[in-house]
Order: sequence, then C-alpha cells, then structure tokens
Amino acid sequence: MSNSFVPQTSTAVQCFHCGEDCNEKPVIIQEKSFCCEGCKMVYEILNQSGMCDYYAISKNPGTSQRVKIRADKFAFLDDKKIQASLLSFTNESETHVNFYLPQMHCSSCLWLLENLHRLNKNVISSKVNFERKEADIVFDHRSISMHQLADLLASIGYEPYISFNDLKKNRPSLNASKIYKLGVAGFCFANIMLLSFPEYLGIDSHEAYLQGAFRYLNVLLSLPVFFYSSSEFYISAWKSLKHRFLNIDAPIVLAVVVAFGRSLYEVFSGTGAGYFDSMSGIVFFMLVGRVLQDKTYQELSFERDYKAYFPIAVMRIIDGNAVSVSLPEIKLNDTLLIHNQELIPADGILTMGKALIDYSFVTGESIPVEKQMGEIIYAGGKQIAGNIEMLVIKEVAQSYLTKLWNRAELHTETVLEERSFVHLLSRYFTVILFTIASLAALYWYIHDSSRIWQVVTAVLIVACPCALLLSNTFTNGNILRRLGRNQFYLRNAQTIEEIAKVNYIVFDKTGTLTTGRYQDIVYEGVSIEPSIIKKIAALAAQSTHPMSKAIVEWSGELQPKHTGIKSFQELPGKGIEGIVDGDSIVMGSAIFVTKKTEGTTLQSAVYVSVNNQVLGRFGFRNHYRPQIPALLQQLQKLGYPICVLSGDNAGEQQNLQKLLGIGAPIYFNQKPEDKLEVIKQFQLLGKKVMMIGDGLNDAGALKQADVGIAISENSSHFTPASDVIMEASVLPKLYQYIRLCKANKQLVMTAFVVSILYNIVGISFAVQGNLSPMVAAILMPASSLSILLVSFGASNFLSWKMGFK
Amino acid sequence: MSVILILLMASISVAALFLAAFLWSVRSGQYDDEISPPLRMLHDNSISQNIDTTNTTTTLKPIN
Repeated sequence: MSNSFVPQTSTAVQCFHCGEDCNEKPVIIQEKSFCCEGCKMVYEILNQSGMCDYYAISKNPGTSQRVKIRADKFAFLDDKKIQASLLSFTNESETHVNFYLPQMHCSSCLWLLENLHRLNKNVISSKVNFERKEADIVFDHRSISMHQLADLLASIGYEPYISFNDLKKNRPSLNASKIYKLGVAGFCFANIMLLSFPEYLGIDSHEAYLQGAFRYLNVLLSLPVFFYSSSEFYISAWKSLKHRFLNIDAPIVLAVVVAFGRSLYEVFSGTGAGYFDSMSGIVFFMLVGRVLQDKTYQELSFERDYKAYFPIAVMRIIDGNAVSVSLPEIKLNDTLLIHNQELIPADGILTMGKALIDYSFVTGESIPVEKQMGEIIYAGGKQIAGNIEMLVIKEVAQSYLTKLWNRAELHTETVLEERSFVHLLSRYFTVILFTIASLAALYWYIHDSSRIWQVVTAVLIVACPCALLLSNTFTNGNILRRLGRNQFYLRNAQTIEEIAKVNYIVFDKTGTLTTGRYQDIVYEGVSIEPSIIKKIAALAAQSTHPMSKAIVEWSGELQPKHTGIKSFQELPGKGIEGIVDGDSIVMGSAIFVTKKTEGTTLQSAVYVSVNNQVLGRFGFRNHYRPQIPALLQQLQKLGYPICVLSGDNAGEQQNLQKLLGIGAPIYFNQKPEDKLEVIKQFQLLGKKVMMIGDGLNDAGALKQADVGIAISENSSHFTPASDVIMEASVLPKLYQYIRLCKANKQLVMTAFVVSILYNIVGISFAVQGNLSPMVAAILMPASSLSILLVSFGASNFLSWKMGFK
Repeated sequence: MSVILILLMASISVAALFLAAFLWSVRSGQYDDEISPPLRMLHDNSISQNIDTTNTTTTLKPIN
C-alpha cells in the first residue's frame, strides 16, 4: 500500500506518451521524454493538430509504439471486395465503417478517437463504443480511402484489428427482447396493482360501476403480460416437454395459465376480481431474475474460432507483383508473401527466405521452429523473422488447423440447462403440489363439492415454484456479477453448477502454467568475466532468434554496443559465430559448438565457447506464472487430482513432476486431438473434468471438458471458445472461484427455504378455500422481496468473506 | 363520479408514454455502451477549459 504514495524516483523516466520506462536514452522533444521514435511521432502528429488535450485527460494515455507497423500492412483495404465486406453503409459522398481497436483503454483514447475529424478533415465523424472497443467512423471516401483511414488510426497508435471473421458480417446483435418483455410486464404489473387497491380497500355500494370498470381495465392490462411477457416461459416449457422433460418452467406456466383463466372467469361471471396482480407480479419478478442472470459480457466472446485469429487478407505474388488477396480466394499453388509477424493462413511449402515459426498458439511448443526452404509449414504459425514466400498446398478451409476446428463432435451442443439441480427439485416440488391439491380436492368433494374448483386453482396459483426459480436466478445473477468483477467471466449461469461439480483438473502447460513467451535462463559452466558477458551479449544482439534475444536480456545489457564485431555469421538451425574485439565467440547447439554428438539433452540449450574453449551452456526453462506451484499444491491437497497436457517436448518433465508429485499424469507432445482424447478418457472414468488452457491447440479439449476455462492475458484479446474466460493474473485464486461456485447451491437452497415458509402460509389459506386476492397480493411480493434480500445479502457476504471485490 | 375514470385514463396514458420512452431508449441502443457517454460528457468540459487557457496564455505572451 505504502508504495503507491511514494513519488516516482527520478532514475526511471516515464515516456510522456505511453508511460513506459524510457531506459537510458529517452527521445526528448519540447522537454518531454519518449521511450521510442514511435511514441514521439504520435505526439508530434497530435501536437500539430493542437490535440494535446489527449495528454491532459489521463496520464500517459498511449500504448507503446516500439514495435513498428509495416508500411503497407493495410494495402488489402484497397481491394473493393474486402472493402465491401467491411463497410456498413455507403453512398456517393460518405462511407460508414466499424473498426475494432484493441488498443483503446482509457478516456483519452475515447476523446482522441471521437475527435478524429480534427486530425483529418475528411473524417466526417466517429463514435466509440467503449465496451466493445469499436469505433464507428464516417468518412468521405472521395478524399480518403479506407486504407488511408486505417493508416491514420495506426499512426496515432490505434491499429485496427481486422480478421478473417470480419468477412462475414455476423456480429450478434444484443438480444433485447427480454428487456422489452420486462418493461411491458413492469408497466402492467404496477397499473394492475393500482387498480386493485379499491377492490381490497372496499368500494361503496353506490359506486359499483367503478368496480366493474377497474376489473375490466385489469383484464385489458393483463393481456400483454399473459400473451407477450410470459412467452419466455411458454417457449422454454414447451421445448422441455418436447424432450419429454419437465423443467421448472412447466409448473410456472401451469400457474400462470390457471391464474389467468380463473381470473377471467371471475371477472366475466362477476364473482370476484381475480388474481391479475399476483400473476403479473410473478411474471415481472421472474423476468427480472432472468435478465439479471443473462447479463452478458459484450466485450468478450465465448464462441471464437480460428477465423478471429486469421488475417482477412494476405499478399499473393502474381508475376513478381505482390497483390493482396482475401483468404477464401487463396488457391492451390498460389505463392504467398508472408511478412514478419504475420500468421500463415494455409499449409504450404517454404520457397523463399528463412522461416522461424512460432507455433506456440497452435501446438503449445514454447520455442519457435526453424524451417528450411522446401519444408512444409502449417497454417496458424506466426512467422517471426523476416519475410518469406510459400507455395500453397492446401486451401485455407482444408488446412490442418481448420480441419481440426471443423470436426463435427466439437459442434454438437448439449442441452446443458436441463442438468441443473433446480429442475430436479422443481419436479419433486410439483409432485408435492399436486398431492396437496388433490388431497384438498378430495376433502372439499366430501364437504362442499361446489368449492373444489376454487380451492384447487388457488393452490396451484399460490404454490407455483416461482420462488425456487427466483432464488435460483437472483443468486446466479449475483454470483456471475461478483465473479465478473474479479476477472472470471462465465459464459452463462449453468457454468456455475458445472464448476461446482468438477472433480478433476487438467492444465495446459505453455501459456497457462507458464507465461509461454518468457523463459528463465540458467547458465551452467565456468563463470564468465563481465567483460566477456558484454561481448557475448553484443554478438547475440546480432541475431533475431528468440534464444539470442533472451541471452541479451539475461546479460543485463540494454543496448549492447555492436562496434568491433567481425565476420559475424548466422547458420540456421546451428548457431551464430563472430569475432568481438579480438575474441572469437561461438554460440549455438551442442553439436555446433562442442563438435561432439553425445551428451545432448532434450532440453533446449545454447552452448557458448570463447576462443575455442567451451565455457558452458545456457539452459532454458519455462517461466511459471507466479504462485502456480502453491496453487497446484492447494488443489491437490483439497482432493482435486491434477493432470498436465502439453504440446511441448518433454524437456520440462522433471521440473513439472517435482511440482505435481510422483503420481500425477503428465503428457507431452500432445497434438490437439490427443488432448481431446485424454479428456474423453477421463470422462469415461466418470470424472467431471475442468480443462484450463489458452491456445488454439486446447480448443478441442476446452470444448470437450465439462468446464473449459480459457486463460487470457488481456480479456479483450483472443481466447478460444470456452465456458469461462479468466484473466491470467487471477489464476492463483482458482480455488476461491471454485468455492464460490460451490456455495451457490447452498445459497439457492437457503433462499428457497425462506420462500417455502411463505408458500406454507399461502397454501394453508388456499386449502381452506380462503385465499382472497388480497392475501395473494401481499404474499407474492413479500416472498419475492425476501428472496431478493436473502440471495443478494448472503452471496455478497460470502464473496466478501472469501476476499473477493 | 366519472372524473375518476378520466383521471385513471390520464394516468395510464402517461405511464404508457413512459413505457414507450423506455422501449424506444432500449431499441435505439442507449444501453449498449454504458462507459463512453459519461466520459464523453466530461470531455466536452475539459476541451472548452483548455481552449480558454491556451487563449489567455497566447494573449499574455506579447505583453511579457
């Protein structure tokens, strides 16, 4: 806590634009320091247009511009077909387009993006949707092209993210029908209550015509409730009946229909006022519960498939010219130009350049793979060293990755909802209810058969399991909200129950237990003098290989001086060598450096020799997320067996086994379908499996598992389809989340028991044939409100006790 | 006592107006983004202030 009050020490200069550490050599302009040229450039652009308010609204609002964007990255936007698929409206003078801008994060961003027209007068207007991180931009296409617009956004640090997914405009619109139904139900409920008051308080006999008027108005007002607002429940009940299943909505529909029918009869026969207020009240409160429970996270998508990762277009080489082509149009035998940091969209053969491909997202391998000309490269990998050319041997839809995704078994939607204990409970409840109703009917048949109908309908109305439904939806809704506030986002309420049932946990390694990108380096061997370390770093800095980069980082040299390097050579797949200030240094694989073939281990290592003397080696270890060992031990202690599935090689086996204990199953070299199979095997043994993963390679397993949790470094970024999206930083708290989900059931039951008390009172009136509309009208809101209080109060108290926000 | 009925009609139609307003506000997407509108409002203010201050500094400069 105290740290936050200590002012920044003067040694670390923050970038005026992005707030990052400026290291030793900040770029200084107008007494402001920047960490890199990119950030400075953004500042200059904004300064020229007098838009430095950007920096006044929030402090260091930008994002780091150290990684430069390729100049013609958005060239594909000149393609008319791609343009047409992206824009939402166009006429002769203006075009509307919607861009996803993942860099958007603060109010400065909002201000800048909504003032784009001040930066470029050809932009007519722009409107930001902050939750979705999208901007609707209207521009004059006669003076600025979509390509230029994208470049403009990129130049101020908001690079639009345009993926293959955008080709088909299938953005789900927010389903507001429940909200409409709720609004209508609320309106009718309130007015019916108002109109029922005279009935309860008594109307003078000489004003009897008023009574009739009020009753008929009630009938009118109840029509929208019965025919429109309640349709939610009719549909759900009908669906479950068609599956020969009695869900909780069925008895509720029965109660609504009975209440409506009896009330109509009473009004038209002039025998009473009916239960319109109770009926509309029930529907209103139940809709409130549903709406609360169905809160969705607009900014997240639980249904992403590979299309969201793929670019919308790549460069195809035709007669020596690179022309952009959209993904579905890529044909066999096309030659594609893949730039640095771009995704490979289709399987193909490398024909030019040196490929260094990061498959971590597809296969889970933590170290990029080098490929030589003539080798096959698979779709989904990311090229990270220079530009390459490739010959397509399989179209996008046929490639290894897409085929995996399109496997039929991943798309069978199971009807999850009906597994909920609430439906089971409601069935018992319904049985009890019918028993009471028939006993009451029997009793009245003997004593006063004219009142049977009245009593039975009263019992059915007052005792419908709406209290159970209410307690369930309100508690679920509140727990979902609580979890979401703590960066644990559930796809729907049913997931809470599924999490509570889990008894087996499977982790992915790369990107989940480890951070994937960062590697710990361990140096083993003769100690090296600091002056030699500097030279090694200088040599390593010449190479773009991630291992070299890691060694530079390890050396602590931020910007190694690269003067005095002679005869530098990089041999793909082997290593690098060169003479630094008179010392000949060789770094690379064991065979390359030591010239011996034996003694090489699986573990990736870089050997180093100076002047033909082998000094030692750099071992690379996966970097585990903080507190992961503690979490694994905690889970095991609490009786959750743990298994680790990794697409990586077995280099990390010993380390992992130490973490998990001797018995724990750990599988390496798992292809995506292997992972899915392993999960299936566990399920066949009767386990409820929770799978926690992050990459495309886990997508099948995530879907197969009873609960699939996708780990995300940044919730706005890309996660495979899953039931839960979880911020990586809260992973150590996994057990607390499970506990809260487990508590959910008890909370629902508690609220339900409270409401049963009201039901008992109501039924005792009903079986005696004394359920006046007034008693029903008091009992119904009272029970609903107490359920609300109990479920909100108890779940808030519990989550507070568990240390949640 | 038909005045009660007239008042009743009046009150229900006012309530219906509000219902219509609510439905319209949902349909027109006013609840789609709950973050930007409040921020947008703040910015209107900060810009006008900043313009004021820059104006005063520029006018002051020649005097110094």
